[in-house]
Amino acid sequence: MKFTLSWLKEHLETEATLDEIVEALTDLGLEVEEVADPAATLGAFRIAKIAEAVKHPDADKLNLCRVETLPDGPGGKVEEVQVVCGAPNARTGLVGVFAPVGTHVPGTGVDLKPGVIRGQASNGMMCSERELELSEDHDGIIELPSDAPLGMRYIDYAGLNDPMIYIKITPNRPDALGVRGVARDLAARGLGTLKALDVTPVAGTFASPVTVTIDPALKDKGCPYFAGRVIRGVKNGPSPKWLQQRLKAIGLRPISALVDVTNFFTFAYNRPLHVFDVAKVQGGALRIHPAAGGEEILALDGKTYALKPGMMAISDASGVESIAGIMGGEHSGCTEETVDVFLESAYWDPITIATTGRALKINSDARYRFERGVDPEFTLPGLELATRMILDLCGGEASEVVSDGAVPDTTRDYRFDAARCSSLVGMDIPEAQQRTILESLGFRLNGDRATPPSWRPDVLGDADLVEEVARVVSLTKLEGKPMARPQSGVPVPILTPLQKRERLMRRTLAALGYHECVTYSFIDAASAALFGGGEDALKLENPISSEMTHMRPDLLPGLLQAAARNQARGFMDIALFELGPVFHGGEPGEQEIHATGLLIGANGPRDPHHARRNVDLFDAKADAEAVLAAIGAPAKTQSDRNVASWFHPGRAGRLTLGKNALATFGEVHPRVLKAYGIKGAAVAFTLSVAAAPMPKKATATRPALVLNDLQAVERDFAFVLDTSVEALAVVNAAQGADKALIETVRVFDEFSGDKAVSQMGEGKKSLAITVRLQPQGKTLTEEDIEAVSAKIVDKVSKATGGTLRG
Amino acid sequence: MQDLRETYLARISGAADQAALEEVRLAALGKKGEISLKMRELGKMSPEERQTVGKALNELKDELDTALRARKVAMEDAALDERLKAEWLDVTLPARHRMRGTIHPVSHVTEECTAIFADMGFAVAEGPQIETDWYNFDALNIAPEHPARQEHDTFFMHRAEGDNRPPHVLRTHTSPVQIRAMQDQGAPIRVIAPGRVYRMDMDQTHAPMFHQIEGMAIDKDISMANLKWVLEEFFTAYFGTKVKTRFRASHFPFTEPSAEVDIQCSWVNGQLRVGEGDGWLEVLGSGMMHPKVLRAGGIDPDQWQGFAFGMGIDRMAMLKYGIPDLRAFFESDLRWLRHYGFGALEAPTVHAG
Repeated sequence: MKFTLSWLKEHLETEATLDEIVEALTDLGLEVEEVADPAATLGAFRIAKIAEAVKHPDADKLNLCRVETLPDGPGGKVEEVQVVCGAPNARTGLVGVFAPVGTHVPGTGVDLKPGVIRGQASNGMMCSERELELSEDHDGIIELPSDAPLGMRYIDYAGLNDPMIYIKITPNRPDALGVRGVARDLAARGLGTLKALDVTPVAGTFASPVTVTIDPALKDKGCPYFAGRVIRGVKNGPSPKWLQQRLKAIGLRPISALVDVTNFFTFAYNRPLHVFDVAKVQGGALRIHPAAGGEEILALDGKTYALKPGMMAISDASGVESIAGIMGGEHSGCTEETVDVFLESAYWDPITIATTGRALKINSDARYRFERGVDPEFTLPGLELATRMILDLCGGEASEVVSDGAVPDTTRDYRFDAARCSSLVGMDIPEAQQRTILESLGFRLNGDRATPPSWRPDVLGDADLVEEVARVVSLTKLEGKPMARPQSGVPVPILTPLQKRERLMRRTLAALGYHECVTYSFIDAASAALFGGGEDALKLENPISSEMTHMRPDLLPGLLQAAARNQARGFMDIALFELGPVFHGGEPGEQEIHATGLLIGANGPRDPHHARRNVDLFDAKADAEAVLAAIGAPAKTQSDRNVASWFHPGRAGRLTLGKNALATFGEVHPRVLKAYGIKGAAVAFTLSVAAAPMPKKATATRPALVLNDLQAVERDFAFVLDTSVEALAVVNAAQGADKALIETVRVFDEFSGDKAVSQMGEGKKSLAITVRLQPQGKTLTEEDIEAVSAKIVDKVSKATGGTLRG
Repeated sequence: MQDLRETYLARISGAADQAALEEVRLAALGKKGEISLKMRELGKMSPEERQTVGKALNELKDELDTALRARKVAMEDAALDERLKAEWLDVTLPARHRMRGTIHPVSHVTEECTAIFADMGFAVAEGPQIETDWYNFDALNIAPEHPARQEHDTFFMHRAEGDNRPPHVLRTHTSPVQIRAMQDQGAPIRVIAPGRVYRMDMDQTHAPMFHQIEGMAIDKDISMANLKWVLEEFFTAYFGTKVKTRFRASHFPFTEPSAEVDIQCSWVNGQLRVGEGDGWLEVLGSGMMHPKVLRAGGIDPDQWQGFAFGMGIDRMAMLKYGIPDLRAFFESDLRWLRHYGFGALEAPTVHAG
């Protein structure tokens, strides 16, 4: 919402300065976005006269001007300066606009300095309109009448000294979409008094030749009230300069007096109007009705719109002439030739207007206001005031008012309790002051009941009354008041077990060397499909780009894309992780938290210690196990190879606990890497944050530590096995040989490949384990050890078909 | 006897290596060594003779033994010195590489906020990111045709043909968690709700996804003055310097009265300094919870009242740590992550700051 200071002062009697007004507006909730003060930008430009202009001795197209200036204003001392001027119209005697040295010229962005042009001193500038950003005119310097007062500020002379204020209006304040509403707020704040508004109806001298009817289907809701009248014999030309300047100042283009009047009312009173050229209204009757669907109308924005069933239209005998409350039609619009005009003032239902406006994608000032809510009670006063203005500007004669329907009754009241202000906001404001504030905003108070004014559709409860009082008094004055903790003493921990787990996982992964990423929750369709997602239920109806169409089913695609971008920048060794939501369905809650790590390239840069090697799946496995250990997941997990399709089928596995998969790890499928343009092998792991069971710990107490003083014994075994036998089978079998005595079983060597085949035969490999025996109660004898060893060999052979390697 | 002593001491000091030294030891003190043999001859002597010669021999034996040991240690020391001279490494060579990861600023700041609010008794609530339009809008007093609903730049989820429910949305703010938390826990309640939110907006300063932290406290007598205190305490703890706030009247459908909150700041050479100067920077929206919102959460507005606020986590990170560009948060550029990320063990706490 834009307006100018002088426009505001038409409604507000005030001594307040621009700064005070701006500060109060923001504080009242009418946040000031911008102030354009011509006095600040153009105040240095004064009217001056070229006393003499002669040709520049050394340049054909330049003039040497002696300019008579009055830097202290009319009646002040006269100073003469020399200015080199290239304008074709520069000549002796010209009265124009002068900018002295030191002035910032907005049109060129240049600060004027004393200069020498082709050997001649030049101090200041005679300006064109473009240099003052008043128009695009740069054909010559500004020429003023010869009697223009020398020394006067040009903005004062030209009536441009009117600061423009741009405020951001929250959707609840349609009343502040008119200058008068803004003035009312300022008056309530105490920044002046709201001037009275004289709405003396204009008596009609003849019956309106255009009649109006509202279709019964719309009377209840869409269009409760429609009024209008004909003004005949008008002369529609350019509107007067003051009106044009006012509209231009807020960024509107003056069109003609009739159209400018409607725009003026939109901004002055939040009262959009429409004018029809009576000559083009067929049949002398306007009908407000729901569209049947399919009707087309060329609107005032030059575009043709097809109406859908139920949209509101204003039609004459020949068809739709206006998209009701949103935009008029080109056909029946007013032009310079218009002689008889039908002036419309109607109250439209906000929801119907919003729905239609959104469907047709029309953003007009009328739609913006009607969908937020204009004052229904002002429908008729607005019509009367506008009639008077048209008569004043265009002449003519007004008919009687025709109307259909009735102004909807919005009267309602709420309990006013002065104590609510201190209990809800924490500000103690005397009741009398609260009542004064509400009344100055237009509320009517009757005992403890308050009736909001018709222009405040947002006030819908007693809390709103408190809000009005508090914002007018100023929330800036609010003092903080300590809020006690819910319980005294040391605060209790508040994180849930899962929240603590997320935190542990995140910090463990960073400690393991991974950089945490936050990637978008939506990915492209191909990525979603590649990672087991991409169903319609997870599709966005209105994605912002084709790269962000589906909710991600997995974190890996986002990390792979990030890795590819980093590789493109020359970073080939990459460790990234993300901990965040993935989505398996389109219903709320069909999401879970994953933690995924991705390793690419080598484990470090080349170094003199030859420590560099490429990462492999056992790095991913180690990190997955480290994270599981950090969150206290059970140490003894099982393993399977039942991995998702984006992992390498032979080089990936899962850590499981019964049916529950705690982690997947392994090489990323080469086809996936190719799809993302990743260079080199990549390994990854994924954990579902909630998958591991929560440790069952009722107390903080740990089980007692049992230490055995008897020395442990280690024995190594090597088995010849089929290559397909998994190490875990060997370990589990060995472990089972004597659960009391065997403390750990660890694989320490695998011998496979051609050399192994040549020694042990086709399809064979050798696996070496070390078994640690912890004697309980008595030292082991050699016989004891032999006995256990035999059992281990036996168990492993039975379980795997392997034999002890000789 | 004196000859013997000088001979052996000379041989000990003249021994070239451990083996030569051992030879000397055997020659003098070995079973068949010269001194040992002389000791054996003592038996043949008269008691008087035995006393003088025996004493002298024992003293000689001890002296040679000490000299042998000293010489041995000296030889070992010399050998070690010799070895150490050869064992020189260039310590300026780079160490073996250790991987060092980082925590993303969004996670770090979320934890910072959580630590501070936890101290004031707020728990952490969570909610789904795909939301029903009821939780995201209606329950928060944003009716279907409310203009605010359009201003949210909402992402809608696809609806299958024949499913006539209104489409779900990607939550446009963390405020729906207010409703869910009220429904789950009732009043009194104090929660914050950090998390991802989504708006259809992408330009120099906007990303279609960002992070918010919602705050809500409901009790019998909580007022806007409490809100101001809580926020000032929070900002002071978060920025580590006393921060004043300014409340400005505003409008949000879910609060009544509503206020935009500015924090005190100044700009020095283009650098923002929070907590000083006479400038103000808008950082969050807040207010007293609208009675309709309380009701939607199953809480009786005649019995209970409370405040709510919402602020941008990414923005808080940008303000505190001088991070210039929001979109870079989500680009995973390693250079950015290393520069703006936090160490794994730099976990924020109230006591350590």
